[in-house]
Amino acid sequence: MRIVVLLKAVPVVGTERLTSDLRTDRSGTLEANGADEYLLEAALKLAETSGAEVTLLTIGPAGATEALRKGLAMGAASAVHVADDQISGSDGTQTVELLAAALGRLEYELVFCGADSSDGGGGVVPAALAVRLGLPYLSYASQIEPAPDGSSVRIRRLNPTGYDVLEAPTPALVMGTQVLGEPRYPSLRGIMQARSKQVQTWTLADLGFEPSAVGAAAARTAVVSAERPPERGGATVIRDEPDAAVQQIVEFLATRRLL
Amino acid sequence: MTATGAAVAASTGLTDEERLLQETVRDFATRELAPGAGERDEAERFERPLFERMAQLGFTAAPFPEEAGGAGFSYRAWTLVMEEVAYADMAMAITLSVHILSQYPVFACGTEEQRRRWLGPMLTGEALGAFGLTEPHAGSDASAIRTRALRIGVAGSPQAYRVTGSKIWISNAPDAERYLVFATVDPDAGSAGITAFLVEKGMPGFRLGRKERKMGIKACPAAELIFEAMEVPAENRLGAEGEGYRIALSALGEGRISIAAACTGLAQAALDAAARHLTERRAFGGPLSEQQGLRFMLAEMAQKVAAARALTRAAAEAKDRGEPIGEAASLAKWTASDAAMSVTTDAVQLFGGSGYSRELPVERMMRDAKGAQIYEGTNQIHRLIVAEQVLKRAAEAR
Ligand SMILES: Cc1cc2nc3c(=O)[nH]c(=O)nc-3n(C[C@H](O)[C@H](O)[C@H](O)COP(=O)(O)OP(=O)(O)OC[C@H]3O[C@@H](n4cnc5c(N)ncnc54)[C@H](O)[C@@H]3O)c2cc1C
Repeated sequence: MRIVVLLKAVPVVGTERLTSDLRTDRSGTLEANGADEYLLEAALKLAETSGAEVTLLTIGPAGATEALRKGLAMGAASAVHVADDQISGSDGTQTVELLAAALGRLEYELVFCGADSSDGGGGVVPAALAVRLGLPYLSYASQIEPAPDGSSVRIRRLNPTGYDVLEAPTPALVMGTQVLGEPRYPSLRGIMQARSKQVQTWTLADLGFEPSAVGAAAARTAVVSAERPPERGGATVIRDEPDAAVQQIVEFLATRRLL
Repeated sequence: MTATGAAVAASTGLTDEERLLQETVRDFATRELAPGAGERDEAERFERPLFERMAQLGFTAAPFPEEAGGAGFSYRAWTLVMEEVAYADMAMAITLSVHILSQYPVFACGTEEQRRRWLGPMLTGEALGAFGLTEPHAGSDASAIRTRALRIGVAGSPQAYRVTGSKIWISNAPDAERYLVFATVDPDAGSAGITAFLVEKGMPGFRLGRKERKMGIKACPAAELIFEAMEVPAENRLGAEGEGYRIALSALGEGRISIAAACTGLAQAALDAAARHLTERRAFGGPLSEQQGLRFMLAEMAQKVAAARALTRAAAEAKDRGEPIGEAASLAKWTASDAAMSVTTDAVQLFGGSGYSRELPVERMMRDAKGAQIYEGTNQIHRLIVAEQVLKRAAEAR
């Protein structure tokens, strides 16, 4: 079974900045998007238990290599990096088109992606990509179980009273959550082995795109304004023995009718 | 939290793999080691499962070549591991450093058979290692050790040795399975009689004595080793008879770079904590960071950390190039342990009363720093080593 994990390279959490034209500034250090790492972990577990082969796919600037290197060190077998200066400024729809084109050149039974990205997003890419590729879309997976022969996949999705079970034939696209489990640390041997793993770099031309089809000029959405969230009000810090502290928290919540 | 952006940034000049290694260890240390470090110190408890997790990630195999079952990183890369682990937990860094110290000689001087038998479980961290040199009557003057190894069998090729004596201050001893022990086959021969032996927990005649009651790195327990006619088979002798002193010194050369790196990480942690505190704490109408006198202290702390890191990396790079490291290792260890002591002491000062409280980590950092001026060669001994090299060059130049 072949799994492609979509791994976005985002600015290191806490260092996000907007450029003057209100785009995410990607010129600083990038890291693997946290939400995607849960899916990578799920894929790597499947690689261990059922011999699945895991390929990483990212669209991003040169700095995205760091995120790919970490993913390879964690255990992915290979990676594809779609990189082209023209891509900067693309919107959700263009991202979907590019991902679809890149996936069109790969063979897979499953595509995994995270629920969101830490540097902001429109919440459309996973679902739109599934539609664009005509794939079944299994979202908010808390557990992913492919059939032993890889012909179908079953997921669990948590709901307020338990969980739903969704099943679809492959190829399929699975969007998952952090309930899948904490991502592993890369091992030191993994870091060294990553050096000899294949990273393919594809340009717009490789994907058959005209440069004018992507980027800010061709984007169908634009950010018109951005504002800082209001400063948070003063926090009440309770320092006491556990029992007494719990009592005070309960009272606090009760006065606000939150209990 | 991180040292990135420092004047001599911790990530300056590293390879891609070294940077990922640094990030990985930092991530692990921040999430897994830092939170419990204070509690382990209070309880004087070594937590084996934490060591095992580090081993699973390959920390215990880092500076050994892949052919030998290692992870294939350079010694410079090893200093990154040490820095990051010590940033979170100095005691765990010393456990790890001593573990490597006790296996490096087997890798460097062992026979093929010894490497296979001994290194496997140590590289994977199934066995924990200790290094037994110091004795009640011999610390700085290690050539004066009295632990005696008597040959059993034919003089030229003994079948075994009967070892009698004791060692003190042996880090990791209470929890270790494997001990590199130095004893003399000829007490009149001085350093020329010293021989290295691979000793395993449970060998008849070997037991642990009292546990040292320490000021710092309390979660890295040390204890006395007692040998009462312990029989060690000849195949457990590392190197030839009389080669032990050279083996010990060569291992300590590497070990000192590792200790220097740990001290750099510890000092960086104290510096970062102090800088955060000065920005947050307000007095006399503004943050403490506006007081020029305190800014000067902070700058001097940063100067010491940068010097410690620079000398540590220089020594590690010399080792990676295969150059002699004695003097460089002494300079690094002496500078970095003095930096750690001074920077942690200043950090306590900058925190004021809260710095003196066991509720905050800086007092532990200060206690943890002190030992490093003493073990792996006191800083006085390092002055002797450096002076000897300086005078040797002066004599050669004449
Ligand atoms: C926390 C800790 C962990 C340790 N772990 C280990 C371990 O794992 N394995 C191991 O074998 N040992 C270990 N040791 C022992 C350590 O290596 C010795 O304590 C150290 O070498 C000093 O020896 P000593 O204690 O006998 O002091 P001494 O040698 O008696 O020195 C006392 C003082 O005299 C100074 N001095 C001695 N000789 C000279 C000289 N010629 N010129 C100038 N000054 C001199 C010293 O610098 C020191 O200040 C550990 C020690 C500590 C504190």
